[in-house]
Amino acid sequence: MSARVGVITFPGTLDDVDAARAVRYAGGEAVSLWHRDTDLQGVDAVVVPGGFSYGDYLRAGAIAARSPVMGPVVDAAQRGLPVLGICNGFQILCEAGLLPGALVRNAGLRFICREIRLRVENATTAWTSDLTAGAEITVPLKSGEGRFVADDETFARLEGEGQVVFRYAETAPNGALRDVAGVCSADGRVVGLMPHPEHAIDALTGPSTDGLGLFTSVLARLTAAA
Amino acid sequence: MARVIVDVLPKAEILDPQGQAVARAMGRLGVTGVADVRQGKHFVLEVDDAVPDAELERIAGTLLANPVMEEWIVRRETGTGA
Repeated sequence: MSARVGVITFPGTLDDVDAARAVRYAGGEAVSLWHRDTDLQGVDAVVVPGGFSYGDYLRAGAIAARSPVMGPVVDAAQRGLPVLGICNGFQILCEAGLLPGALVRNAGLRFICREIRLRVENATTAWTSDLTAGAEITVPLKSGEGRFVADDETFARLEGEGQVVFRYAETAPNGALRDVAGVCSADGRVVGLMPHPEHAIDALTGPSTDGLGLFTSVLARLTAAA
Repeated sequence: MARVIVDVLPKAEILDPQGQAVARAMGRLGVTGVADVRQGKHFVLEVDDAVPDAELERIAGTLLANPVMEEWIVRRETGTGA
């Protein structure tokens, strides 16, 4: 039996269909979760996809982080459930307190939509074990509020504990501090990144198939644990 | 009821490109003497008098503002009670 990965849809979510497709490409079963759900249907992992949940009202991800479905997601993540937040999903996980730091408006004020190269900094997390540390992957970036910020104390912890998972291989186009594109929780099971691996899983529709590795990573881990 | 004002601003050390764009637009209008602009949010809450200050602070610090990137001021306006 293949592992079951929940994909959450909030009002305003855009990338749930591609995230579910990526789960299936990697060999998993995608389970749709709705923002009002309070039961995670026993899923083995959760993807919080990108978009503009609740219209980005208040702050990007702020309302979604306090939606009914996120209560059980936060509880389960604290018990070790693997969770991946992509773009708006990353913003939601930061707002929910599962990941450190915050995402603010791009330094140049422009929405950025293009392919970008990322350097893998940590290939030991639940979502990156099929990637190679130091290698580069090419995935799309499409966000207006993708500039990662954190205070010096938080950065010291992130760098010291290997919690920076992805860095922009070039200078961060959004002004992200220390070129950080993605981070993880202390236990490496919750990962968030601004660029979109789920859009880079098939040469027909994406710039590469590099993004598939995130999904095969978690499925390999779940299968090994089963 | 009391009117409670919560003002939220990006922290001084966080780059505020929106505020910078506003400051540059002032220059184009011929305005001089404005050294810096920070753009934030202004919330107006109608609050029952029984709600304590600590609760207002919790609302501001856990929902209206994100302490990672913003600072806030809570102000209870007097004399507006109904």
